[in-house]
Amino acid sequence: MYPFAYHRPATVAEAVARLRDSEEARPLAGGQTLIPTLKQRLASPDALVDLKGIDGLDAIAAEGDGLRIGALTRHACVAASPLVQDLIPALARLAAGIGDPQVRNRGTLGGSIANNDPASDYPAALVGLGAVIGTSERRIAAEDFFTGLFETDLEPGEIVTEVWFPRPRRAGYAKFPNPASRYALAGVFVADAAAGIRVAVTGAGPCVFRLAEAERLLSTSFVPAALEPLRVPATGLNADIHADANYRAHLVAVMAQRAVTAALL
Amino acid sequence: MAQDGIGAAVRRREDRRFLTGRGKYVHDIVLPRQLHAVFLRSPHAHAEIVAIDTAAAAASPDVVAVFTADDVAGLNGVPCAWGIAGKDGRPMKEPKHPLLASGKVRHVGDPVAMIVAESVAAAKNAAERIAIEYRALPAVTEVAEAAKPGAPQLYADVPGNLCCDWAVGDAAATAAAFAKAHHVAKLDLVNTRLVPNAMEPRAALADYEPATGDFTLYTTTQLPHVARVLIGVLMLGIPERKLRVVAPDVGGGFGSKQVVYCEEGLVTWAAGRLGRPVKWVAERSEAFVSDAQGRDHVTHAELALDRDGKFLGLRVSTLANIGGYVSTFGPNIPTNLYGPLLAGVYTTPAIYCEVKVMFTNTVPTDAYRGAGRPEATYVLERLVDVAARDLDLDRVDIRRRNFIPANAFPYQTPVMLHYDTGDHEATLAKALELSRWSGFAERRRAAAARGRLRGIGIVTYIEACGLAPSRIAQQLGARGGLFESANVRVNPSGDVTVFTGAHNHGQGHETVFAQLVGELLGVPSDSVEIVHGDTARSPFGLGTYGSRSAAVGGAAIAKAVGKIIDKGRKIAGHLLEASEQDIEFKEGYFGVAGTDRRKSFAEIAGAAYTPPPSYPLETLEPGLEETAFYDPVNFTFPGGCHVAEVEIDPTTGALEVVSYVAVDDVGTVLNPMIVEGQIHGGVVQGLGQALGENCVYDRANGQLLTGSFMDYCMPRADDLPNIVVATQSTPSRHNPIGVKGCGEVGTIASPATLMNAVVDALAEYGIVHVDMPASPQRLWQAIQTAVPRRAAQ
Repeated sequence: MYPFAYHRPATVAEAVARLRDSEEARPLAGGQTLIPTLKQRLASPDALVDLKGIDGLDAIAAEGDGLRIGALTRHACVAASPLVQDLIPALARLAAGIGDPQVRNRGTLGGSIANNDPASDYPAALVGLGAVIGTSERRIAAEDFFTGLFETDLEPGEIVTEVWFPRPRRAGYAKFPNPASRYALAGVFVADAAAGIRVAVTGAGPCVFRLAEAERLLSTSFVPAALEPLRVPATGLNADIHADANYRAHLVAVMAQRAVTAALL
Repeated sequence: MAQDGIGAAVRRREDRRFLTGRGKYVHDIVLPRQLHAVFLRSPHAHAEIVAIDTAAAAASPDVVAVFTADDVAGLNGVPCAWGIAGKDGRPMKEPKHPLLASGKVRHVGDPVAMIVAESVAAAKNAAERIAIEYRALPAVTEVAEAAKPGAPQLYADVPGNLCCDWAVGDAAATAAAFAKAHHVAKLDLVNTRLVPNAMEPRAALADYEPATGDFTLYTTTQLPHVARVLIGVLMLGIPERKLRVVAPDVGGGFGSKQVVYCEEGLVTWAAGRLGRPVKWVAERSEAFVSDAQGRDHVTHAELALDRDGKFLGLRVSTLANIGGYVSTFGPNIPTNLYGPLLAGVYTTPAIYCEVKVMFTNTVPTDAYRGAGRPEATYVLERLVDVAARDLDLDRVDIRRRNFIPANAFPYQTPVMLHYDTGDHEATLAKALELSRWSGFAERRRAAAARGRLRGIGIVTYIEACGLAPSRIAQQLGARGGLFESANVRVNPSGDVTVFTGAHNHGQGHETVFAQLVGELLGVPSDSVEIVHGDTARSPFGLGTYGSRSAAVGGAAIAKAVGKIIDKGRKIAGHLLEASEQDIEFKEGYFGVAGTDRRKSFAEIAGAAYTPPPSYPLETLEPGLEETAFYDPVNFTFPGGCHVAEVEIDPTTGALEVVSYVAVDDVGTVLNPMIVEGQIHGGVVQGLGQALGENCVYDRANGQLLTGSFMDYCMPRADDLPNIVVATQSTPSRHNPIGVKGCGEVGTIASPATLMNAVVDALAEYGIVHVDMPASPQRLWQAIQTAVPRRAAQ
């Protein structure tokens, strides 16, 4: 690890100010990606701005017809929240399946989505549910937020503060894990909501994406069998030693069906 | 018999410190003024080193020294302890393995420079300031590619990258057997390369005392005395009397720590040169490119059978990848520990096995739990299944038809080994019962109704361990003996300290050796302390590997205890005024036969150190301490039968191991709980290979693609079922305590067992073989390519 300055601001405004002091400064939430990266000397920020000293960023509350979850809420808290389990049980189950107990008890919602690892689970839920991300500056629709491989719409010095999830009629998530890392080789979040059917895929491509064909098929009938004709093109999907693009494309179709099954449970 | 003696499930005394974080590992040892070493390693698989500039690194803050190949040119390389000879009788090619890469790097991770600094961070900062100009060369990582004409050459004087062209068996007799065969079953298979991944990474800390010239090396080794010779005498020229090697608690070895490494030598040398202690602790990512790796074979095998399914001959041709350098025992593993195991439990009369031992641009391979025997078992037991399929014979039946019958032991195989005991019908019968083999068809139907492909696999196997009779080992190229030592020191108050040359790095020696001594002396095992892992304390011993510690180390302890009892009998004779011949030792008492006159073991010990007037000091030395060296008469041959049951989801290729039964003949069981734990761990380690572990290099550039647990797939608890372990013992005749060894049997049998189950599950698709690992992608692809074939039929 290279040396860096450490700041622990008490307010969002102060955190933003610290981040704007230097282009190399990085915000620190649960640290489940950033700390290993630092330890391997793969990043050399001149300052870390630790957000965990800011009060009120880890609240879970019902708001409108949905849920507002603070950016510093740990995955384990989302998984265990009676409110989340009651209003969007698929989200609680997704959070319960992220990483391992250590990651779930340190990693945060905001940290996860700001990092936008292509194989992480939350982006599928945010896009699938049509969530809205609140930052220190503005509100961003989830689909506009995740822009590419480890890329988001966040500007330098902009901090995720909360995510608002509209409550769907029903929703489900299914993922097929990478046998080594247990990240999603393909994860599919399916939601049947007021705004319509949404199907979001993580793990399979460089960034979370919606699967229009699956949404069209499920709009006719929200049952797993409706997806039988679904053929997912392999073009542009990720390929590695654990899954080539064809296998991933196949897994997306299978996980989509299983997500529908989960939604109907 | 003592309550906690042989056969008692005594809890492991070492676990209290391991489970409460009180173990003392190399990294826990902190010496005053210690320095920290970091190794700068090659990013290239194969390259010439054109120039190295260390000036900026040497001037970096808190740096004490930077060393490269030029600084260590006067030292010897990393020695090999076991040289082999080819079929033409000529010795293997053994190019020097320099302590720091000299002129050329031969694998990613090859150490090029050593930085010694006041802290690890300072050393790492300096490492980034070393400028190395490389000229990259084409690399070859796959053994089949390395053997091809035109392949990149690692050494100018090793044509074709061929280290050794080795063979065992009778080629002519085997050819004759094939000529009269009714059927020949054939199989091509790959045994994947594995990364050992002991929980504790390697570490070394060396200290030097200038006033006396004494060195102390604390290191993660399985064989401290051997390391002292190889590192001290052969690598650095430090005489044994001036180097003490201490292997304290070691968190797993699995063979990777029976190898001696350049880092151990370099910290020792640097401590002497700098006059301060030097410590190095590997990081996990460093372990992936520097710990000796395992397996890595490509094999073609053929089995000749007669009309009745009797095996007539076996012919095996293997390319074995030993990486960029000859490792400590590297060449011995795919040859002597592989070819002779191909007889298995069968009466195959003619066997011929050729192995081309090849250099490639990869981390050197060496012993990895099972070391050669899992590879042999995998070839043979997969091939037997193929033969059964070809001839439409039942898989159990074809094995039974070819078993060496229990009454045929001792049995001489056509490939060197002389089996002492075994009853393979008995272990088979028990495994069939415990696995509910006969009810499988119903379970398969039920699984099919759930959309799952269910398969069952069986393996009957034998292995050779208890390394080794020194004479045989030396004929096969061992550059030393393979006996074991023990010193039994009875203290004046009657408790006992035992110094063993074996090394405990997870096996439970501290518990089980105490049980053995307690049983033999008739005293409670908790009055016996086991000391190991320190060349200054134990007599010269060979260490722990090859499931040898009970069979060889335990036998040495038993032999030393025998000497103690002999002397005790003499002392008792004088104290009890009886002839030595009339003294019986039983249940902790020396007594005069036919009388009630007796002395306890503690009384005899007291007399040995505080001689009473009747003690004949003129003819009998005081004290009660004996040393024994035990050289086994032969290997031991554990064996048995394993059965695995799996279910595959054909939609995704996901595999579930539904059940696993291991029935093993490990000879006399000293502690059934420890035996069960060893077999359980061994099975899991073997299943790790079958399910997911696979070390993959990029074919294009030799980069390691599986350099962390993100891509190298270790088995996890939820990958595994409850494992049923049972033992069915025929005591070995090759050592006085009847043990055979249990450390590796699980790993030896389980890869083949699991893959036999996988292929059985896929049988309906016409699939006859799937290479390890049985990853979801691989199984799904196998089904996809088979589905059209099935549709076409």
